[in-house]
Amino acid sequence: MTSAISISKLTVIRDGKVIVHEFDLEIESGKILGLLGPSGSGKTTIMRSVMGLQRLTKGAIRVFGTPAGHKSLRTRVSYSTQDASIYRDLTCSENIEYFRAMQGISSNSTGEILELVDLTNNRKQLAATLSGGERARLALATALVGKPEILILDEPTVGLDPLLRRDLWKLFHRFTSEGKTLLVSSHMMEEADHCDELVLLRGGAILAKGSPAQLRKKSGHENMNSLFISLVEKQ
Amino acid sequence: MNLNRVGASAKRVLLQLKHDPRSIALIILAPCLLMTILKFVYWSEPQVFQRVAGALLGVFPMLVMFLITSVATLRERTSGTLERILISPVTKFEFILGYAIAFGIASAIQAIFVTTFAIGPLGLGIKGSQGALIGIAILDALLGLSLGLFVSSFAKTEFQAIQFLPVILLPQLLLSGLLTPRDSMPRILAGISNFLPLSYAIDATKKTLFGQGSINGDIFTIVLFLFLLLGAGSLTLRRATH
Repeated sequence: MTSAISISKLTVIRDGKVIVHEFDLEIESGKILGLLGPSGSGKTTIMRSVMGLQRLTKGAIRVFGTPAGHKSLRTRVSYSTQDASIYRDLTCSENIEYFRAMQGISSNSTGEILELVDLTNNRKQLAATLSGGERARLALATALVGKPEILILDEPTVGLDPLLRRDLWKLFHRFTSEGKTLLVSSHMMEEADHCDELVLLRGGAILAKGSPAQLRKKSGHENMNSLFISLVEKQ
Repeated sequence: MNLNRVGASAKRVLLQLKHDPRSIALIILAPCLLMTILKFVYWSEPQVFQRVAGALLGVFPMLVMFLITSVATLRERTSGTLERILISPVTKFEFILGYAIAFGIASAIQAIFVTTFAIGPLGLGIKGSQGALIGIAILDALLGLSLGLFVSSFAKTEFQAIQFLPVILLPQLLLSGLLTPRDSMPRILAGISNFLPLSYAIDATKKTLFGQGSINGDIFTIVLFLFLLLGAGSLTLRRATH
């Protein structure tokens, strides 16, 4: 199997504090990898590192065999941040139009993209007046423009109603069936079963990794929350 | 360079302004109001009004665009949109050029209103062309933009960004010939004013109003400053953070 993303010995130390420690990970093409852990466990820093937005203290990251952040990756990898990085003084449509133009390659129309995240009725609304969940969806939509082969989504389902969350996971699986690779973070253990592979994180280090079934088998816990707790207690 | 992306950035910045009619009103009306006050302050001394108003015409574009740019860039940084742009195929140059075009248009509109108002109702005498005055205002605004862009990287909040206004612009105002002609200032101060971009914007504006001499040298100097400051400003748009 070819790796879409390959991370070796990633270490990030910020102001003397270890944020991520000796983190190794291979993500196969066409899979969803879930980065699960509480707030402050290093999820966002790992994602930023893969985007080339984080200076690494140590380690190396390759995306499709190219060093992370390389120019040639800019149309191939897309990223949606946790705090919606959108223009609040533009409407939903205007935001998507702009990010489409920035990608500079043909892609789905603005209408189709807004449809994917169920914001069709809000298209003429200013982003500042959206609810938190709608804003998160708009931020996600900005990562769907162009033709990304890898999507890096930081907490894309936080604060969404269960129906919409289910639809988004369906959409993510549709992406993987098209050959796209997804790196998705969440602090909710319930989301684990939507992922092909999991990495459970705590304090910048890996607690466990494997498929949801493998993790259950190894630990003997059915429930992901108690599985996580048992792993922490064993440390 | 991809002109599509430059155009999209310029359009985006103008759309943001369009959604903010209060700012548009302030950009256009505030200078007109200040000019009117000045007219009444120097009601009995029309020559002084002529000199100070001329200098003030050079101050507005830089002041307003400095403020707008430092706040807008800071918002791009803190909201994460700048990072979002820098991870797309857009180059820094395209991004800055987009801003320059949008704010250039905004300052042209401002200059059209202010100069028309000053020359018409306020009776400001002009020997050169109004078109030249507007052209100078646009260059002047771009100076403000490049200074604002550069300075915003030293600020972490909008609160701090605003504090740079007195530090960066007030000394230039004091030494630019607004208060007293530059050649009648003490030698050292006149020397310092030669290194401040606003001095040249005001010189060019005054020369156009009074029809005294060529403004080519001033324009050349302003453009030189512009490239220097924009270069410094673009260095501050960094992708990776610690």
